[in-house]
Amino acid sequence: MTDATSVSQPRRLSNADQNWYRFTRNPTALIGAGIVILCILAAIFAPFITPYPEHVGAVVDFRSRHLPPSADYWFGTDNVGRDIFSRTIFGMRISLLLAVVVLGIAVPVGTILGLVAGYFGGWVDIIIMRITDIALAIPALVMALAVAAVLSPDLINAMLAIAGLWWTWHARLIYAITRQLRSQEFVEAAETLGAGKMHILFREILPNCVSALAVKTSLDCGFVIIVGASLSFLGLGIQPPTPDLGTMVASGSDFLPDYWWESVLPGCAILFVALGFILLGDGLRDLFDVEEIR
Amino acid sequence: MEFLFFLVRRILWSLLVLVGLSMVIFTIARGVPGDPARLALGPRASQEQVQALQDKLGLNKPMVEQYGLFVAGLARGDLGYSLLTERPVNHDIRDTFAATFELVLFTITLAFLFGMPMGVAAAYWKDRWPDNVVRLVALFSAVAPAFFLALLLQILAGYVLHVLPTTGRLPHGMDFTASITGLLTIDSLLLGRPDVFVQAVRHLLLPSLALSSATLGQIALTTRSSMIDVSSQDYIEASRAFGVPERVQIFKYMLRPSFVPPMTILGLAFASLIGSAFVVELVFSWPGMAAYGVRAIMQKDLNAVMGVVMVSGVFFVAVNLAIDVMLGVVDPRVRVRGAR
Repeated sequence: MTDATSVSQPRRLSNADQNWYRFTRNPTALIGAGIVILCILAAIFAPFITPYPEHVGAVVDFRSRHLPPSADYWFGTDNVGRDIFSRTIFGMRISLLLAVVVLGIAVPVGTILGLVAGYFGGWVDIIIMRITDIALAIPALVMALAVAAVLSPDLINAMLAIAGLWWTWHARLIYAITRQLRSQEFVEAAETLGAGKMHILFREILPNCVSALAVKTSLDCGFVIIVGASLSFLGLGIQPPTPDLGTMVASGSDFLPDYWWESVLPGCAILFVALGFILLGDGLRDLFDVEEIR
Repeated sequence: MEFLFFLVRRILWSLLVLVGLSMVIFTIARGVPGDPARLALGPRASQEQVQALQDKLGLNKPMVEQYGLFVAGLARGDLGYSLLTERPVNHDIRDTFAATFELVLFTITLAFLFGMPMGVAAAYWKDRWPDNVVRLVALFSAVAPAFFLALLLQILAGYVLHVLPTTGRLPHGMDFTASITGLLTIDSLLLGRPDVFVQAVRHLLLPSLALSSATLGQIALTTRSSMIDVSSQDYIEASRAFGVPERVQIFKYMLRPSFVPPMTILGLAFASLIGSAFVVELVFSWPGMAAYGVRAIMQKDLNAVMGVVMVSGVFFVAVNLAIDVMLGVVDPRVRVRGAR
């Protein structure tokens, strides 16, 4: 692409190139992105990179139970002799899956409702935004617990319950931006030229929300993972023997303080994944220079 | 007069949120497939037993009537019977709420006590090492899940250092009933029992530290950014030009307006604070409402679950109302914006 003739010609960098340049010089975003990519790759290739992939199941080996961290077992072993490191890597799959499913529902729903409420105003605005006000009063964790109590305590219900509240944060964010943009010249120009509502919402306003959405979504991945881990810590996660980080912390805590690694190291893994997403979100916020987003 | 309008509007709005909340809770509890009575009694119960419980809970009536009864009960403070404790839910919640309230109050106090000075220091030494330290601490406090922090504190302070108690509100065998407010720290002082007070605070420290972390970080960061915003305002420049001492500038002219954003943040973060209380209480065997709620959820005790979620919501709405009114008194601009 860069042949000899074009090198001498000063070229203006495209928007994407500029962003990429600034991204590579933002340590927060880089470290965050590094952690996130590392975790995603580890989760995807878990069966190939973990030393004892068979320990994901209901393997029992009482000769090697409660072993401290060592070269053979990096994170030690649990009360039935399974390698905690292998189980932790597999456990990250559940955490990441939770974030993807919850935000995969919450972000589009919240974005569309926020756009509609912000652009059209009137009673649509009132109804949608009042619902988000009510949702603010319910802790996501408590909602997921209550739904799990009524239905059955499994991951799908918990995810749906969290998503059922989480869209309101995105709706509020997009609503605020849309309200600001609605009266700007480029939107008015499009209206004057007879552009359809769909065009204005999705082609004029939505592209201006993308950077704020990226920041918010990245931060939320971290927070959703924490809520999910708290749920499984309370015993409402995925059912054993499938490894789940929150469940591992809970079951390991029965053996505190002597066998501390059984709960502390999986807990550190939760912290690590969440830290990655939140660093990435913080870095993107500096990069895009968007206003304070929680 | 203007203030009265603001107050009335704000209270009416809070009531509306509560009505919405009651609908959400009712929908979760009754609108789902499956029979609540069958759910509570388990698959081995006979058809007659299920029938009897259905009649007792009024589950055979039409939905609208059931919702009406639910709301009428709420208005009287009646939340029905708990199937688990076989007592009225409102009695159970009344007995456990004080413990949660004391924990939350102590947590918020800690969060402001440490969070605000951290934010002020970070803003004063912006981009120097105190700022970086505060930002790092705030980052970790946001990321650490409350239950994990609770476990770490328990290991560190309880098992390794042996300095603080790790379970309950008071030591075993200590005989004291908080008969006035239900808050051990206040009642022990009112009844002249300093020994109880010391023990109560010692028991509060670890759980509230674990619970305050997320809020503390947010308070530090919002205080920091609003201090930085305020410091570039004209009136601060002017006071600087007039030679007002820096101490007065920071603590009188900058800190006061910087108080509003952290309070607003606290109001919004309050729901997740209650949510975290559910796990923290469990880790520290804290005899609070959240621990009661978790037990009710595990036992599928629907009335108790509905009661706990409703009371959590009322708690949130009440705190936000209090914050808004307080800010409305402090800052007239809030009154105008308060129309929402």
